[in-house]
Amino acid sequence: MAISETTVRDAIKLAVDEINADGGVLGKEIEIVAEDGASEPAVFAEKAEKLIRDDCVAAVFGGWTSASRKAMLPVFENHDALLYYPVQYEGLEASPNIFYSGATTNQQIIPALDYLAEEGVESLYLVGSDYVFPRTANAIITAYADAHGIEIKGEDYVPLGSTDFSTIVNKVRTEDADAVFNTLNGDSNVAFFREYTNVGLTADDMPVMSVSIAEEEVGGIGVENIEGQLTAWNYYQTLDSDQNTTFVGAFKDEYGDERVTSDAMEAAYTSVYVWKESVEAAESFDVADVQEAAGGVAVDAPEGTVTVDGENNHLVKTARIGEIRDDGLIHTVWESDGAIEPDPFLQTYSWADGLSVDDAEG
Amino acid sequence: MSGDTTSDVRRAAPGGRWRTMGGFAVAAVLLFAVAPTVLSDFRLGLLAKFLCFAIVAVGIGLAWGRGGMLTLGQGVFFGLGAYMMAMHLKLADAELYGGPGSVPDFMEIAGVRELPGWWAPFASPVFTIAAILLLPAAVAVVLGLAVFRRRVKGAYFAILSQALAAALAIYLVSRQELGGSNGLNRFRTFFGFTLNDPVNRTMLFFIASGTLLAVVAIVRQLMYSRYGELLVAVRDQEERVRFLGYDPATVKVVAYAVAAAFAGIAGALFVPIVGIISPADIGILPSISFLIGVAIGGRATLLGPVLGAIGVAWAESSFSEQFPSAWTYALGAMFVLIIGFLPRGLASVTAVRALRRRSGDGGRQSVPEQREVAV
Repeated sequence: MAISETTVRDAIKLAVDEINADGGVLGKEIEIVAEDGASEPAVFAEKAEKLIRDDCVAAVFGGWTSASRKAMLPVFENHDALLYYPVQYEGLEASPNIFYSGATTNQQIIPALDYLAEEGVESLYLVGSDYVFPRTANAIITAYADAHGIEIKGEDYVPLGSTDFSTIVNKVRTEDADAVFNTLNGDSNVAFFREYTNVGLTADDMPVMSVSIAEEEVGGIGVENIEGQLTAWNYYQTLDSDQNTTFVGAFKDEYGDERVTSDAMEAAYTSVYVWKESVEAAESFDVADVQEAAGGVAVDAPEGTVTVDGENNHLVKTARIGEIRDDGLIHTVWESDGAIEPDPFLQTYSWADGLSVDDAEG
Repeated sequence: MSGDTTSDVRRAAPGGRWRTMGGFAVAAVLLFAVAPTVLSDFRLGLLAKFLCFAIVAVGIGLAWGRGGMLTLGQGVFFGLGAYMMAMHLKLADAELYGGPGSVPDFMEIAGVRELPGWWAPFASPVFTIAAILLLPAAVAVVLGLAVFRRRVKGAYFAILSQALAAALAIYLVSRQELGGSNGLNRFRTFFGFTLNDPVNRTMLFFIASGTLLAVVAIVRQLMYSRYGELLVAVRDQEERVRFLGYDPATVKVVAYAVAAAFAGIAGALFVPIVGIISPADIGILPSISFLIGVAIGGRATLLGPVLGAIGVAWAESSFSEQFPSAWTYALGAMFVLIIGFLPRGLASVTAVRALRRRSGDGGRQSVPEQREVAV
């Protein structure tokens, strides 16, 4: 299991332990069956089928990359089972068998662009890993930029896991955009930000807005390389609320003081509660009953109150722009005006017309 | 193919014809009668996936074990077969569920309304099947001629084939019209049969079983033919074979193309069985894992690669179910032990025993067909 997926598992286990300590769901204690998707879509499909068919689980929590979710989707639809997927993703999907507890694009990418536009950014440089999320994100960013008079000065992709950024960072410096929109994944971020700092670029000259860097990644990149840069998420460890203080405290008690909490972990933790509330509203573990009862279910999560949108099984959630500070944590500098309704197919944005067909499934 | 001059070098199949027929009969009973009755739908599907890996392994056994070509890039041919099958299934589904002229769902969601022109021929099942059978082999012939004529071999050939697998995977990630990193998935029908139905999934298992038996039979024929002797000769003493007047490049190309065709067929079966094909299934790592089963089972034998591939895949799956967070260590330890103590694979245990029994002198005599090959 990869590091980031392990932390998601830890968060799910924490939620399950809390629920069991509190009497379980409908009087039943929850038992966890863990499986490893080995970061391979085909293995995710195999393990999902095993959990549904052999273990007869009530619901499955997990998945990481878009490919892992796409691979599992037909398994859950064919066997009519439930998957709770905890990661922000590229949208353009809605399945009655999947509950998406991470952000879709209009709860992360579009708010990030709104923020940059508010800050007076007039040109952008796009850097991303070469896979579905960055390509879809950049298509959305380009459409937004066209409609809002922002110039895209360059768009570059590197293969997943690539760590050679000298050429790209030099291009970024030469083009001198007002800001960089970063959709790089994993280790590439470490190399990118080191190179970025090496050539003398700072958050003051040219801020970088990242959508895949959370609290856990900051340490690996090195605070000195990324201090002052921006991120777009729905949750940060530093959020000031009773629910979050309890969540962070419980997490550190269980797994150690040096551990941090992040958006995907919080979404995974919250998804267990969303399932619990849906089951209790349905008074049944039956898939059809849970699907029926899920719409409108609300949970007071660490990120604030989230509500299930019964139309597309996504959560209504608040978007937040954060700044990475020298304590290695991310601090909110901007928050959306209330929670944002999920719109995975971007049907409510006129400038996004060409991006997907209106009558797409869901 | 029965020249008198070669009869003394030809080695009869061990155990003779009746043992072979018996072996096939036992395998057929196991696959067609025992497996479907004792295994659940899910386990049967899993075994069907392992059979796909075994079909690739049979080809690798021929090219590597017999021909000495360390084919580290079988993912290329596996991927070709798989993507062609996946394209056909997507097009068939689009026509069935979206009406004539509709594009596959993943394109529609991404806002593509026009089918790319080169997709069109794959709407035809006949064209698709022909392409799956021929294209990987044709690519291997072209590639093989270019490589073996220049006498590229050993580690250089291995690196080259591995680089091709990496290149194809990276290329596919950037092709949005082939699903990019997500690959192609969500197939609903297979030549008109709905994939959701357990009966049809059992049928897929039977197709995979039949294919495996057929490729094993083909490779057995090749191994014990004059060509098979020549292939081993090229593996062990390529220069001498050249002096005898044969062109080693041609000999190698045949085995390489057969291995490629098997990998392509396996890829095409993998798609409806597993339900997804993505660049992650055809790059460097999967290409290496195809090889691991062959190495563990015994690369120069007929059944070693088959049993090795199925065994390794089964072990991987069950270890990871038993120990979700530590299974990779268990699997690694198994590889180290087997390769460390049995460098010719598990099949060498039975081969050495048989030899001891036959020669009665403790088996110090070496087994010629299993001589270590420099790669």
